[in-house]
Amino acid sequence: MNGPGFEHAPPAAPFRFRDCALIPIASGRRASSLKELRDHLVQSGRDTLYYHFWGALLQPRFEEREYHNDFAAWVHHAVRDDVLAEQLAMVDPDEYDDVEELRLVILEYIDQRLEDTPFLEWIPATQVFEFIHAQIVVFDAGLEAGDYRDLVGHIPRMPLSSVFYHFVDARRRTPDRTDDFSAWLAGFDHEHQELVDALADIDPYFNTLSELRDQLGALFRRHFGEGVA
Amino acid sequence: MSSLLEAYAAVAGEDIIRHLRQLSAPLQGRSVVHVNSTRLGGGVAEILHKLVPLSRELGIDTHWEVISGDADFYECTKQMHNALQGSRIQIPDRLLQHYEEVNEQNAARLRPLLEDADFVVIHDPQPAALLRHCPNRGGQWVWRCHIDASRPQRHVWRFLERHVRAFDASIFSLPQFTRALPHPEYIIAPSIDPLSDKNIDLPQEEIDAIYHRFELDPESPIIAQISRYDRFKDPVGVVEAFRMARRFVPRLQLVLAGGTATDDPEGDAVLAEVREASDNDPHIRILTLPPDAHRGINALQRAAHIVLQKSTREGFGLTVTEAMWKGKPVIGGDTGGIRLQVSNYHTGFLVNTPEGAALRIRYLLQAPEKIQHMGDNARELVRENFLLTRQLRDYLTLMVGLHHRAADRIDLV
Repeated sequence: MNGPGFEHAPPAAPFRFRDCALIPIASGRRASSLKELRDHLVQSGRDTLYYHFWGALLQPRFEEREYHNDFAAWVHHAVRDDVLAEQLAMVDPDEYDDVEELRLVILEYIDQRLEDTPFLEWIPATQVFEFIHAQIVVFDAGLEAGDYRDLVGHIPRMPLSSVFYHFVDARRRTPDRTDDFSAWLAGFDHEHQELVDALADIDPYFNTLSELRDQLGALFRRHFGEGVA
Repeated sequence: MSSLLEAYAAVAGEDIIRHLRQLSAPLQGRSVVHVNSTRLGGGVAEILHKLVPLSRELGIDTHWEVISGDADFYECTKQMHNALQGSRIQIPDRLLQHYEEVNEQNAARLRPLLEDADFVVIHDPQPAALLRHCPNRGGQWVWRCHIDASRPQRHVWRFLERHVRAFDASIFSLPQFTRALPHPEYIIAPSIDPLSDKNIDLPQEEIDAIYHRFELDPESPIIAQISRYDRFKDPVGVVEAFRMARRFVPRLQLVLAGGTATDDPEGDAVLAEVREASDNDPHIRILTLPPDAHRGINALQRAAHIVLQKSTREGFGLTVTEAMWKGKPVIGGDTGGIRLQVSNYHTGFLVNTPEGAALRIRYLLQAPEKIQHMGDNARELVRENFLLTRQLRDYLTLMVGLHHRAADRIDLV
């Protein structure tokens, strides 16, 4: 979607870029087997679930996005049970209104697997699972987009932690569990629905944050015209 | 922008410097005191030499104090250090009593500064007992444990725990290093200083000089492990891996370089074992370098095609970080902090045996483009995650968090 009409689109409130720093905190809970993982999951705080699904995207790693949450990756690498790893990898945290629902879904998969394969209850994992939660500090990134031209120009310069804040963390802040760009574009009264749909097609869990930034930049440039930035 | 921040921006990137400025805004005028036990030597002092002036440039009133002690005190803290890392040592009560006394004496000198500070960061066990001698402290105290204390001698940990449980928070390098304590335990990975002699870019002639100095053939591949002569670093396993790989890469050369370890009887024994295992092989260089040979180590890492750190037990593994910063793929033991840095096919390989190391050496040497690609990945991973500026950002985040009484989400906007 492109065209001169956008030059006169009514401006929504400026898009203010924010940034964040996230610091992990050990919960003191450790699991050395699938059974222990299950028992700790029952009692872990909401922040812990958040960290192991979303927060870890900000931590150092070369992601093998095959198993894109920490629980699935640990079951694959340390418990060596690919049946459960595959099931947990397909749990999409954005589908659930509440972290408690998410917790129940994970527990259900684990309980079912323990019931089907009782030996998993006692075989030790090759690595300990450390339950972590995190503190997140949000601050102003010092960038503001008054209109889409600014936005297109600023996206390639976003720090990766800002990409995390607006495209990943936003999913637990916004009412529709969407990203901040889509929420902002909604202020243009469906004028950019095609772009919003394209943003919804990006799966943040299979990309590094720098790849996400590149994808966002490309989508915005294509939508608003290559020459805008 | 001031000069030190500018210098770091040039290597670490502008984004992280912007982060530092934004995170330090709510900390303007606050005072921070770091306390450790030495101003020279060791990784903690190396980092503080840069962290403190950088913090000051950011407008935080930062001080660095060093406690002083006598030979008995350092004997006690050295034993404490080893016991916390699992050595079976019984520290005499007399020395533990002396540890308390020395801390009390230092507290008498430092008390006004420490009690007035908004944040006090106590590094490692040596000054941990200062807190109980500062009853009127107004700020928040953080204990920074730089060592792997996950499997300590219990009686030594119990002694130290009486002191550290009173802190407001503690910091460990990896989640698996933490102990059960009644306060938040933050995870902050250590870092390297990209502008130090050990890591700074070197002119090519300085790297070339290494070939001549250590009689290495610049036209043949070099693998290197640069690490203390310590059984947990498995240097003998590296020699075994080299021998296996050399059957397939006949011109392969191995450099093993470590400290002289004059105060470490086990280090001498391990060095002797390595020499015996190498059996005067002309393709193996076994080097003992003085503790200040930073540029020499830097040049050796840069001269190597592949760096090994075949540890069977490891703390964080900053030697891995250093090699990766020089754009080298690392073949590392599947343990400790090496797992956080080395990712198979991305930045190197994790291995469990000499055979595994040999296999990966062969694999990489037949594909130079992979060495280049993984080396580029490795440098980028370090740039984003393991430079001094990231560690400073984490400290600032922690202080902002403590200032807000540990709420899980703090909005400064």
